[in-house]
Amino acid sequence: MTAERDRLEQARAFGFETRQLHAGQRPDPNTGARAVPIFQTTSYVFEDPESAAAYFNLQEYGNTYSRIMNPTVAVFEERVANLEGGCGAVAFASGISAQAAALFTLLEPGDHVVSSSALYGGTVNQFKHWLRKMQVELTWVDPDDPDAWSNAVRPNTKALFGETIGNPAGNVLDIETVASIAHDHDLPLIVDNTFATPFLCRPIEWGADIVIHSATKFIGGHGTSIGGVVVESGTFNWSNGRFPVIADPSPAYHGLQFHETFGTYGYLMKLRAETLRDLGAALAPFNAFLFLQGLETLSLRMERHVDNALAVAAFLQSHELASNVTHPGLPQSRYRPLVEKYLPRGAGAVFSFDCAGGRNGGQELIRGVTLWSHLANVGDAKSLIIHPASTTHRQLSDAELEAAGVRPGTVRLSVGTESVEDLIWDLEAGLARVK
Amino acid sequence: MTALERYQDPATIQRVLHTATTIAIVGLSSNELRASHFVGFYLKRHDYRVIPVNPRETDVLGTASHANLLDVDVPVDIVNVFRAPDALPAIAREAVAIGAGALWCQFGVINEEGARIAEDGGMTVIMDRCLKVEHARYMGRMHWFGFNTQRITSVRAGLQ
Repeated sequence: MTAERDRLEQARAFGFETRQLHAGQRPDPNTGARAVPIFQTTSYVFEDPESAAAYFNLQEYGNTYSRIMNPTVAVFEERVANLEGGCGAVAFASGISAQAAALFTLLEPGDHVVSSSALYGGTVNQFKHWLRKMQVELTWVDPDDPDAWSNAVRPNTKALFGETIGNPAGNVLDIETVASIAHDHDLPLIVDNTFATPFLCRPIEWGADIVIHSATKFIGGHGTSIGGVVVESGTFNWSNGRFPVIADPSPAYHGLQFHETFGTYGYLMKLRAETLRDLGAALAPFNAFLFLQGLETLSLRMERHVDNALAVAAFLQSHELASNVTHPGLPQSRYRPLVEKYLPRGAGAVFSFDCAGGRNGGQELIRGVTLWSHLANVGDAKSLIIHPASTTHRQLSDAELEAAGVRPGTVRLSVGTESVEDLIWDLEAGLARVK
Repeated sequence: MTALERYQDPATIQRVLHTATTIAIVGLSSNELRASHFVGFYLKRHDYRVIPVNPRETDVLGTASHANLLDVDVPVDIVNVFRAPDALPAIAREAVAIGAGALWCQFGVINEEGARIAEDGGMTVIMDRCLKVEHARYMGRMHWFGFNTQRITSVRAGLQ
């Protein structure tokens, strides 16, 4: 065998398409397996008592228990971290649990979060109810208004939160501006990048500090698995005085000072060794494997997704029964300048429009389509359609619906990778039932 | 290439890690919760000979601590620095005097004058990088924790 010392790795900025195939994985040293092995195991045999102690003390990187780490999941984590340009990542059993854990690591009772109001309905529920139960205060802001972000910051604020492309209203976050507002207050910006994926936008390059994904969507890409992931830039100064929860000795880990001891990796170490340990929402190794299969073709699928989505949006834009087509990539979109800056390869494949006839019109359209799948998900290679007011955003009040950009006739599309003329043909058939 | 990147070349880092056997850690603490102790403990586990250099300590990780580098009486491959940046020039002079091979300055230990003294003395300099992280990146198990090692390779490596 060639000794590693004879094959030193040179510095090279590998391309995205290379990294989506290779990052995080080296051929298995034991077997030579080229595919990522699925380590379907709960636990790991320790070499000796000293090694076991070193692993639990975090003095050595060692596998202990699959609720906290797993070698298959780790490949997925590293690959997403690499594609996003972060220092690392921690995977979770769902996007919602990833989001809860990212916040839980930062927050104490009495803290405050500033969030965009134009969010996925599940996130709105989580922030509105779960944060209140945790005694954390929340201020919703109009994400398009920079002054609203800065005016909402209080002495007890711990984070700003937004989505790269809002669900379902298609608002594009001015990441660089909001990140600079956050940093002016020594706060991190957390961005949900689910709709853009790292192929279309990498928020860390624009100043975001933490990036969250529902991997269930485009990362997995085939509607097979639920999962989520948190990526951190590694550049935020958690010892700036506003985050004793990370910088001070942790009572939950025998006095460890995560930021001092692990530096760049301190937040993620705490996220894994404490929050994931205590929440228990671990990603299953098989689901991580399926997400890795998805990531291998991410760029290829996203190119097709965004082309199809723009064509479908243009079709709807010109249809008399559709209005308010929110695809931010359309020439008429108010977000066009932000799309050119943050999403030059395409503005995603999820958007909404208002169907004529209000609630009944939207429901008739859904009854009339036969190729689009009526279900509550996005980011599948298959095209999906749903009526948010009666499903994903059902728990929201009228005012919250309005703030999220949802009206009674709003229909949300997730445009897949089928032949685009078939997608338009099917929508035409559905719209023919409306009125 | 920025001034710092000159001291962060991956191939140089791998060469230093692969060839070293003895590492003197300047500022090594006996407090198990300090970053220097984490690094010393880790390097010892990975079969490096770790020599504490800290006048405030008597014994760290089972080895007698030295007041300064000049008191170290064995050949040193890497001088690993956990001190304030302005302490670096004096440490670099001592490192050159004992014929050490590399000066490795941890995160934030950045001092151009210290680096120049070491380089003029024939030493390899690595700066603003953690010795434990770089070992774990290229030879260890950092990837088991989902950290971005930046490595892209299809070479089958040895057992971990």
